[in-house]
Amino acid sequence: MKTLKELEEIRNKTLSQIDIRKKGEGIRIVVGMATCGIAAGARPVLTALVEEVAKRNLSDVTVSQTGCIGACRLEPMVEVYTPGKDKVTYVKVNPSMVSRIVAEHIVNGNPVTEYTIGYSEENKNS
Amino acid sequence: MRDVSLHILDIVENSLRAGASLIQIDIAADIPHDTLTVTIGDNGSGMSEEMLERVRSPFTTTRTTRKVGLGIPLFAAGCENTGGHLEIESTLGQGTKLTAVYSFGHIDRPPLGNIAESIASLVLANPQVDFVYTARKDETFEFDTRMIKATLDGVAITEPSVMAFIREYLEEGTMQVFGGQDI
Repeated sequence: MKTLKELEEIRNKTLSQIDIRKKGEGIRIVVGMATCGIAAGARPVLTALVEEVAKRNLSDVTVSQTGCIGACRLEPMVEVYTPGKDKVTYVKVNPSMVSRIVAEHIVNGNPVTEYTIGYSEENKNS
Repeated sequence: MRDVSLHILDIVENSLRAGASLIQIDIAADIPHDTLTVTIGDNGSGMSEEMLERVRSPFTTTRTTRKVGLGIPLFAAGCENTGGHLEIESTLGQGTKLTAVYSFGHIDRPPLGNIAESIASLVLANPQVDFVYTARKDETFEFDTRMIKATLDGVAITEPSVMAFIREYLEEGTMQVFGGQDI
């Protein structure tokens, strides 16, 4: 059973690493988690994003949730806000898409075009 | 919504929108009385009596972009399908308490689901809000972010190593009380 004693050790370890990291305006990843998003499977997407960001130790990236983004039929939706760049919206995201989004977009700065809302809407009848 | 843990994640969003700083989530399985009771209490802005009367309707929402809100009606329907019920008490300026009761043994009761993942998601996405989660059956497990934050003493609760701890801690505690996600 985990105890708060263990948490204290994690704290002390984390504290020694924190100072080394650069502070500043980072990338923000937001998951739509209203009724529509949750019902469509947003929770495992959020978990996958957090795990992927943690695994790569991307300390200047934050993952958070928001309410209904407004296009419920396209949920689960994920928005990526990069300072100085346009917002990118991914639609119908599932956990298996997350590692590619993080690797190509968050780390290397190239949005995964075929997962975006623009691509999805342009090709929906094809 | 496939399970109870997803309803909880959804309903707590209402508390967050109401500006709550403390949200209490209590799940109690009472086998002798054949109930599974979920209580979500917050210290948010509360609702007027007029709003409280309308809140169970799917055509009530605080959103301005659209005229429907399905969180509470879906949760209530799930309870009522098992012979249970959903009650909401609220005082303007003080907070809201929602109580959802399922018949534990009813075949239509949804499973509990991954409650640890729901709570961990809420904590991660709302680090400024405090959450108390209690799981009760024969034993009791309590998780309180105020204690976690006191132990962390300045280290952010959203640190990946801390979140990993919290997730495992919640999983172990929930497992100990309920024996798994499928109850």
